[in-house]
Amino acid sequence: MAAAAALWPWRAVLGRRGGALRALCGSVRGLAAGTQTHFGFQTVTEEERREKINQVFESVAKKYDVMNDSMTLGIHRVWKDILVHKMNPSPGTLLLDVAGGTGDIAFRFINYVRSARERQLQRKLRHHQNLSWQEISESYQEEQFKPLGDSQVVVCDINKEMLKVGKQKAQYLGYSEGLSWVLGNAEELPFDDDKFDVYTIAFGIRNVTRIDLALQEAYRVLKPGGRFLCLEFSHVSNPIISRLYDLYSFQVIPVLGEVIAGDWKSYQYLVESIRRFPPQEEFKAMIEDAGFFKVDYQNLNLGIVAIHSGFKL
Amino acid sequence: MVLLLLRAAVRTPLLRAGSGAPGKCPPPPPPVLCPGGVRAGSSLPLPAGSAGVSRSEPRARHGHGQQQQQQQERCYRLYPGHIPTSPLQKALLAAGSAAMALYDPYRHDMVAVLGETTGCLALPNLRDKMRHHPEGYRILQERPRIRLSTLDVSRLRGLPDGSLGREYIRFLEDNKVSPDTRMPAKFVDDEELAYVIQRYREVHDMMHTLLGMPTNMLGEVVVKWFEAIQTGLPMCVLGAAFGPIHLSARKLQVLATELVPWAIRSGRNASCILNVYYEQRWEQPVESLREEIGIFPPPAVRV
Repeated sequence: MAAAAALWPWRAVLGRRGGALRALCGSVRGLAAGTQTHFGFQTVTEEERREKINQVFESVAKKYDVMNDSMTLGIHRVWKDILVHKMNPSPGTLLLDVAGGTGDIAFRFINYVRSARERQLQRKLRHHQNLSWQEISESYQEEQFKPLGDSQVVVCDINKEMLKVGKQKAQYLGYSEGLSWVLGNAEELPFDDDKFDVYTIAFGIRNVTRIDLALQEAYRVLKPGGRFLCLEFSHVSNPIISRLYDLYSFQVIPVLGEVIAGDWKSYQYLVESIRRFPPQEEFKAMIEDAGFFKVDYQNLNLGIVAIHSGFKL
Repeated sequence: MVLLLLRAAVRTPLLRAGSGAPGKCPPPPPPVLCPGGVRAGSSLPLPAGSAGVSRSEPRARHGHGQQQQQQQERCYRLYPGHIPTSPLQKALLAAGSAAMALYDPYRHDMVAVLGETTGCLALPNLRDKMRHHPEGYRILQERPRIRLSTLDVSRLRGLPDGSLGREYIRFLEDNKVSPDTRMPAKFVDDEELAYVIQRYREVHDMMHTLLGMPTNMLGEVVVKWFEAIQTGLPMCVLGAAFGPIHLSARKLQVLATELVPWAIRSGRNASCILNVYYEQRWEQPVESLREEIGIFPPPAVRV
């Protein structure tokens, strides 16, 4: 534990380079040209990493939701609900959900905003109870019943297959209004500056090759006063829980991947990438570096998952 | 206590993997602890499931060092496509794949995984049978693979009717199957045994041809009965026992009264089917090969 604490300042420095320096310092032999980074526990170049991650998500896209449910025993739904509740969006919010693939956050956002809007309309109606019938019917004609109240969510993902699955899900579940699907890279978003009220990235930032660039982009596209929210697997400090968690991760999850999705290697990558992601404090420092204020994190399930939040002021 | 046992279970395959490998591979490179391995709170430095992966050296972009590293990497993983697994993972895989194969019989990859994870006793047995037979020994040395790229399909099609080659091609075309869809071995922790199970999978189509069974559910169950007697692989035994679940009553009756007794008799009478070098016998008539191996003529039932 002391050794790990002593390593922390180094890791803070290394962490800011998003893993590239870490890989360099960790390797035994000298390296040839090309920035080295990690893919799970392997060391690869940045291009190789992007390509490999692309392949991982292409192959898991169809079974993504089934696997999430079986690996987390359905608890991921609770985590995502907590994220949207923390966001507490009001009608009229413009949300950018990056790495939003199959649309889980987007659908929850729409549901939340819809019920918030209904409450808003109900309050308005109660105000109008003392008006005459004519005045009430005039007020109905004034504004159309915008069920979402002008809220919109843009789902951005780098992988076409994931977006495809997301669109099919939206059609199946009946979501059409206020939803857009954009193909884009978190490190270089295809949006203009100061556009969005909230930026979320759920279980996606650990797959980004240059996390610092993604954070800078998040800062850029948010309006002043906008909020950054990140839901991601993080580090468990409790030693007993950590051991059980490791055991479950490395012994059970790849097996589930093989049995349910026929793909061991993608899920091996997933559990390794979780271990490679910076811990809570380090990630908080990275977010602060990108220019966010009031950065804080909330551990869920003892640190298995953490929600980091920051504001652009 | 339980955790210690589990930890031990997690560590053992690294030893087993080393002992089974043939002499030609250099010993695995010294472990490189990934920098992420010293995280606070994580006391398990190198999980077994990624043993082959975590120890890979950084791949240099240029230079001959790359090839050597890749060779070492592959050698450490015993064969291309090898995924080292702990006993706990094998047990979970066996249970999971058995359940999934039963639930969805079209998941052939699950049947394959079940065979690999449960074959630890039967595969060495099969390999020894092959070693002690001249033709089987030659197969183990030469390691032939049955693939569309290695088969001369037009030549085989030109062979006379009734010959092994012609009937095999007819079988492939009638049932619209291809030998290339056989799953490569992944979870067998010995390179020679991985070949044995691969050979068994590729010879499976030969079995269909020799036994005259199509690839519908009934035909597959009959072949599984035959293979269960011949190989003793638990996967075949389970397939033979539980396969009939998906069959109708009429087919079950045919199965029980005629097909299974014939399959059992043939299986016991026949010599080891893996000891036949099929690639050198394309011209041989199927009847003569059946007699040579010891398979009785199939009953006159429509399968």
